[in-house]
Amino acid sequence: MANDVVQGPDFPERDYARPEVNYLNWKQTVSSWLLSQDHKRIGIMYLVSISIFFVVGGLFAIMFRLELLTPEGDLLQADTYNKFFTLHGVVMIFFFLIPSIPAVLGNFLIPLMIGAKDVAFPKLNLASWYIFMVGGTIGVIIILVGGVDTGWTFYTPLSTSYSNTHVFLAAMLVFITGFSSILTGLNFLVTIHKMRAPGMTWFRLPLFIWAHYATSVIQVLGTPVVAITVFLVGVERIWGVGIFDPALGGDPVLFQHMFWFYSHPAVYIMILPGMGVISEVIACFSRNRVFGYEFVAFSSVAIAIIGFLVWGHHMYVSGQAMYSNLVFSLLTMLVAVPSAIKMFNWTSTLYRGNVVWETPMIYAIGFIGLFAIGGGTGLFLGATGMDVPLHDTYFVVSHFHYVMVGGMVMAYLAGIHFYWPKITGKMYSQPIAKLCAVLVFVGFNCTFFPQFLVGWLGMPRRYHSYHPDFQVLNVMSTLGASILGIGFVIPVFYLGWSLFYGKDAGSNPWGARGLEWEVCTSPPDPHNFHEIPVVTKEAYAYTGEETLSV
Amino acid sequence: MNFPLIPEQASTFAPNVDLMFYALTAFVGLFTIGITGVVIFLGIKYKAEPGRKSVHMESMKLELLWTVIPAIIALGIFVWGAIIYFDYQNIPENTLDINVIGKQWMWKIQHGNGKREVNELHVPVNKAVKLTMTSQDVIHDFYIPAFRVKQDVLPAKYTEMWFEATKVGTYPVFCAEYCGTQHSTMDGIVVVMEQDDYQEWLQGGPPVTPAQAGETIFQQMGCITCHDAGAASRGPILNGVFGREVALRGGETVVADEEYIRESIMTPSAKIADGYAPLMPTFPNLDEEDILNIIAYIKSLSDEQQ
Repeated sequence: MANDVVQGPDFPERDYARPEVNYLNWKQTVSSWLLSQDHKRIGIMYLVSISIFFVVGGLFAIMFRLELLTPEGDLLQADTYNKFFTLHGVVMIFFFLIPSIPAVLGNFLIPLMIGAKDVAFPKLNLASWYIFMVGGTIGVIIILVGGVDTGWTFYTPLSTSYSNTHVFLAAMLVFITGFSSILTGLNFLVTIHKMRAPGMTWFRLPLFIWAHYATSVIQVLGTPVVAITVFLVGVERIWGVGIFDPALGGDPVLFQHMFWFYSHPAVYIMILPGMGVISEVIACFSRNRVFGYEFVAFSSVAIAIIGFLVWGHHMYVSGQAMYSNLVFSLLTMLVAVPSAIKMFNWTSTLYRGNVVWETPMIYAIGFIGLFAIGGGTGLFLGATGMDVPLHDTYFVVSHFHYVMVGGMVMAYLAGIHFYWPKITGKMYSQPIAKLCAVLVFVGFNCTFFPQFLVGWLGMPRRYHSYHPDFQVLNVMSTLGASILGIGFVIPVFYLGWSLFYGKDAGSNPWGARGLEWEVCTSPPDPHNFHEIPVVTKEAYAYTGEETLSV
Repeated sequence: MNFPLIPEQASTFAPNVDLMFYALTAFVGLFTIGITGVVIFLGIKYKAEPGRKSVHMESMKLELLWTVIPAIIALGIFVWGAIIYFDYQNIPENTLDINVIGKQWMWKIQHGNGKREVNELHVPVNKAVKLTMTSQDVIHDFYIPAFRVKQDVLPAKYTEMWFEATKVGTYPVFCAEYCGTQHSTMDGIVVVMEQDDYQEWLQGGPPVTPAQAGETIFQQMGCITCHDAGAASRGPILNGVFGREVALRGGETVVADEEYIRESIMTPSAKIADGYAPLMPTFPNLDEEDILNIIAYIKSLSDEQQ
């Protein structure tokens, strides 16, 4: 098992000591978990809950991928199929993608990275988890009482006047779960502003923190808008107040504006934290400070700001005015630039570094490849004329899965594999994990690449049955999905195994820089730091002070 | 088993759109292979070696370069997309006008001479066709992949879309906006015919044109009692009103297009013509087809005058 721990050039002596008392074992009762105000335990509670939701969302996907093996609607009834893709979207977006990195890794790491003993409002942090679970419980109730079939986008007047499924409950779910997201964002903003250790200036913060700062701004400013929107959907549905249904005097396209005003920035809530993880992983496994730190940091902020101004690109064929469409298109093109800046800076970080090919790095490289495709196909859809034939086809489905799964989930897995030894104090088997990373990469491409092709051929999304010309590509996609499914299941086993039989990781198994690695033990102390550290170095001090400017 | 990989090109839009699609595909493909290739190459070239120190680099020149160049490329893509988009938006004169009504879950098509069909749209080749579309219930979307055209179809609003078919044949039509249970079966075909064949096909239609049908409704519903050319009429006279500017109470004016007439029938109090009292009742029993017929009738009143 000697290979389990990275050997590289310049990093401190390894420290194998697993602390006798750590945040995992210092209290063992159930209430010490469920009432814990420790950001690390709350992070673990999120990890367990979102993993369960991920399985639920995945099961829906398995069912409709099986349905799509044949052009006829034969496995599921149309209503069932519609409910399954709706629930897949709702569960994956609100209960996995949005909370995944912020609520699990963000919660766990932000105080450790900035040298704080906890987040600014520990009780609020616990409350966020409970609110999240109330939303989750409503989700389970919806599934048990018969589901909802409007798509996760709840377009009006279908959702307000025509659907006879549980739209009101779904609106409540979005409304309530949103508050969990708002409170987490608020907590992080205050924590990052007020709780940094002495010497931890803004430009010494790890880029993970910058990414979470930008994400939190979107969560705090954007989420209330979707809460208001779904509230109005509920009001129209229950009391018949005409807001969106033209039969009642409303405007259905108004809903789309309000919905996307949140739901497009929400895409950046999902991807920005992933970009933060990638910065950490690439710096550590290149043993180099991130190339163009300030550019990567400010590109996160730029994405958060411009991201608020591009919602209309979901509505090019909705009847929106031509010049509105052109303005939204122009702004959409601008938001591509900060993402490109990040990609180039990450790549350059490897230059003259010392690259260590461990599991998190393999996920990070996979992220770069898949995000290039996901972001690049966004250019197709952002260009007005090009979007007309592609809008609402499988091309769009594939595009956002390349960003959300190829980007975000790969980044999440990179982060989980990177911080697993810190979180649990145990090391998992590298060869198995690397093999699994390749499996996920291959399975992902086999699932979603054919969807680009079938979308370009003209297959609309949300189709229970389809034209026979589309069958071969759909079969390929379903086969790919089974590979991807296996790739997602294997980590449960080897990570679970490591908890009981894994070797103690030591405080800094990767030889990484940062307070969470260099000062904290693995697993960390219940209070993180015995005394608050004083920061004297920049982030990613892998190379000493010297910098070569060219 | 059919296994096409490239969609058929059957409209004037298709070649332009496809050129952009394949150019972007090549660009994104090369970018992806390029950047992934560089990462893997650097990862191997700079594989960790004991004793070699990492060298941290900074370069303002490079940062500017990879900010400015992607921005220029993105702007170029914006412009290219906009050029194609102008084509979609720029509806030519002298189109063949056809009405489309979407309802859960079928397409009703109404030709200029009154001929109607369901889930089938017959059009002549090499002739610009304009579809005026509305929905009876939820939002739908009329999508013809072979023509590369797509437009949402909204309730209580008219949206327009045009195309010129270039190849005789039969092509699928799909509803692209999720519209409830049978969304995926809300499909149909568009049949592109030689112009002569189309004329022949059209002649098989019913004797009643939309304008005639509209006139019948106009009389049945009693519209004629107020909108009458006779003395002291309580409503505006409709002869020649279509396409003209109408003065509204409060001093504003509005062009009497399809949208305005539809609103005046469905929500008469929304815009009151100057000089008239808001007396008109609503007509909730009219369906979208009736309204289109009435509009055709009012249009015909203008044509007669000219």
